[in-house]
Amino acid sequence: MITHGHSDHARAGHGAVMATPETLRIMALRYGEDFARSVQPVEYGEIVKLKGGVQASFHPAGHVLGSAQILLEWKGFRAVISGDYKRERDPTCAPFTVIPCDLFITEATFGLPVFRHPPARDEIAKLVDSAELFPERAHLVGAYSLGKAQRLMALLREAGWQRPIYMHGAMVRISEFYKAEGVPLGDIRPVVLDERKKLGGEIVICPPSALQELWSRKFPDPVSAMASGWMRVRARARQNGAELPLVISDHADWDDLGRTILDTGAQEIWVTHGAEEALVHWCETQGLKAKPLHLLGYGDEEAEELAKPPEPSEAAPI
Amino acid sequence: MNRFAALLDRLAYEPRRNAKIRLMADYFRETEDPERGYALAAITGALTFRHAKPNVIRTLIEERTDPYLFDLSRDFVGDTAETIALMWPAERGSNYVPALGEIILGLQETSKLDLPGQIARWLDALDETGRWALLKLITGALRIGASARLAKTAVASLGENIQPDDVELVWHGLEPPYETLFAWVEGRGPRPETENPAPFRPPMLATAIEDTANWREALDPADFTAEWKWDGIRVQAASGRDPEGTLSARLYSRTGEDVSGAFPDLLGAIDFEGAIDGELLILKEGRVQSFNVLQQRLNRKAITPKLMADYPAHIRAYDLLVEGEEDLRGLPFAERRIRLENFIRRLGNPRIDLSPQVKFADWNELTAARADPATGGAGVDADAVEGLMLKRKDAPYVPGRPKGLWFKWKRDPFNVDAVLMYAQRGSGKRSSFYSDYTFGVWRSGDEGEELVPVGKAYFGFTDEELAELDRFVRKNTINRFGPVREVTHEPDTGLVLEVAFEGLNRSTRHRSGVAMRFPRISRIRWDKPPKEADRIEHLEALLREAG
Ligand SMILES: [Zn+2]
Ligand SMILES: [Zn+2]
Repeated sequence: MITHGHSDHARAGHGAVMATPETLRIMALRYGEDFARSVQPVEYGEIVKLKGGVQASFHPAGHVLGSAQILLEWKGFRAVISGDYKRERDPTCAPFTVIPCDLFITEATFGLPVFRHPPARDEIAKLVDSAELFPERAHLVGAYSLGKAQRLMALLREAGWQRPIYMHGAMVRISEFYKAEGVPLGDIRPVVLDERKKLGGEIVICPPSALQELWSRKFPDPVSAMASGWMRVRARARQNGAELPLVISDHADWDDLGRTILDTGAQEIWVTHGAEEALVHWCETQGLKAKPLHLLGYGDEEAEELAKPPEPSEAAPI
Repeated sequence: MNRFAALLDRLAYEPRRNAKIRLMADYFRETEDPERGYALAAITGALTFRHAKPNVIRTLIEERTDPYLFDLSRDFVGDTAETIALMWPAERGSNYVPALGEIILGLQETSKLDLPGQIARWLDALDETGRWALLKLITGALRIGASARLAKTAVASLGENIQPDDVELVWHGLEPPYETLFAWVEGRGPRPETENPAPFRPPMLATAIEDTANWREALDPADFTAEWKWDGIRVQAASGRDPEGTLSARLYSRTGEDVSGAFPDLLGAIDFEGAIDGELLILKEGRVQSFNVLQQRLNRKAITPKLMADYPAHIRAYDLLVEGEEDLRGLPFAERRIRLENFIRRLGNPRIDLSPQVKFADWNELTAARADPATGGAGVDADAVEGLMLKRKDAPYVPGRPKGLWFKWKRDPFNVDAVLMYAQRGSGKRSSFYSDYTFGVWRSGDEGEELVPVGKAYFGFTDEELAELDRFVRKNTINRFGPVREVTHEPDTGLVLEVAFEGLNRSTRHRSGVAMRFPRISRIRWDKPPKEADRIEHLEALLREAG
């Protein structure tokens, strides 16, 4: 059972995969049609009866297109595996729904109280203001390819950005897929390598790593923007070379992690994927039973795309 | 306040000078008086608050957060003020956002007792970036990557035909929120009268003589006078009478910063009416001390009588800008020089003396003096000579760096052949190039010969050379640490850089024990194997020579 298509949650090579139809299509797109021996699409809310009397169902997680929480029910006991989730509105996917349960297994990517994401539209306004103030410079926005990139496109449209939005070659297929799934992204175009010089004043979305590659040099005096929840912390933003950090995240922030835990009514919380200690500590202050769940996993897709270097001063001691 | 905070936030990340100026200009254009004036004051560092101290803030956050969560967060963020700004619990319903001006006046006027409550109410109402800016303002750590000079340049850019130096000229008579200044640059009011009796006058700067093609032929020695260029800090000593007739003295750095507070021993000597352009030096037992010695005085925070006795400050005068109430800047240099000589003689103060001129009939004689300042007239002070200044006899005193009037002719800088060890991506236009280079020289280590890093350089090369260096770095990377790459540096493989620099200081902060001043890449030695690069002993010898 796979919650969503990010590479830290979904990989090829399984025998049988159960997931939402969108997630299965994303996996096919990324890994090829034969990514698993058999697949079973499950719509949001549909109940699947498993062996031993367990009932499973998938519910929107608000993280990326097709993302789901998985509810497992057995003899009246309800466990919810959140996968990655967020509570903030996102025009590219179905909104998170609260599923009451006894055991809630929550992610904690931003499980420290310093992570409180501002409204995404305010961050988008920063980008648009900058593009207007520096109309001769290309604005390159580093964003991970599945979900974040398309959310940025949709938010830019909501903010009234009517110009074409350009994208790095690595995100063309997935963005076209979003469009085909009915997510309105407007006029999106791949960057033509020979025409980079002409993209002053335009907004270009690319994987974060591309900001540091030769590819980025050919744009006119580029502004390096980066859209990620990690941009909340200055040292992290600097480390990644962001000149215009945009705090836009597809994960719940600290306040929403706490709110969601309380909303589910769960008395037992397992914390995974991130800063477990802080959230476990917080749960205990709320009188909830909590423990960290140290999963053996694939790492964080976003972190993989963002460089995670030590301080340069350590590297070059003089 | 939130707009100002957003500006600071953006400035903190923007590496390009011109972009910073535009961001500030845009803010000044869109923001009304007096708010923008307070912002200008905050950026230029014109504000101090008596009661607002970091410990006030620490107490406030301890009352509001779980200590365990705070510690975890602080460890992750790495900065206390930023952690507090991010963790401060949101107060629903507290949505009145204070203006920056209101905050500044509040910080100045609220009593010590009421201040914590007041700060807490502001923090409740601001967003994360606003709280960060407020806390940085309070803790005096408003390092935002924009100098006072840049802010004044942004103000000047609001007007037509107003230069940054024009703003500098009126600046010292002005107080926050600078409404008359904005009115003037925007063409809505008269030029502000400077009420400062001892205002800063923007200095005249020289261009490098090497930048003038064929200068030995192009320039006529008869048109010029020469004097030593001293290795100290360029200052302006100004004094004048206020409307009550009291004399007020100031000492300014070359950027117009008021440094009077750091040199009370000199301030007493500025008991004349006028303005002298000169070099601040440490003069002990009749001898000018090296820049290293001056550095030791500059490094100290507390100005004690012992410090002043150990490192007596002195001004060596180059020029006279104002005498009494008469502005001499329009006069030719030759006339100002005579006025200066008489002025210094009448002053008769041992703390202020005249920078001697170097006599020469032709460029060859001057070349000889530059090669050996000790016999060329500088005598025992020769070590403190950084080079020569050539001044046209008929040149008026023009602020800025006018072409063709003053030239500097530095002594040959020091040189070392070093091995490239690490490279880091640059900033701004060069952010996709490996343009910052850490280089080292050989020394004997526990396990044989090893390279020890001795400095970092990020200029001195052409764009083509940069592209070549960048290619070399990418092809020879042996390790990556985020933006830093370690490149091959073995005896037979690697790259030798000829590094020029202005001087050496002893340094306990550097593993090699030495720190270079103004290092730059003077040549790329593609031809030289790393094993032939210099050794640390070479630098130590230079250090001994430099005293
Ligand atoms: Zn995910
Ligand atoms: Zn994940």
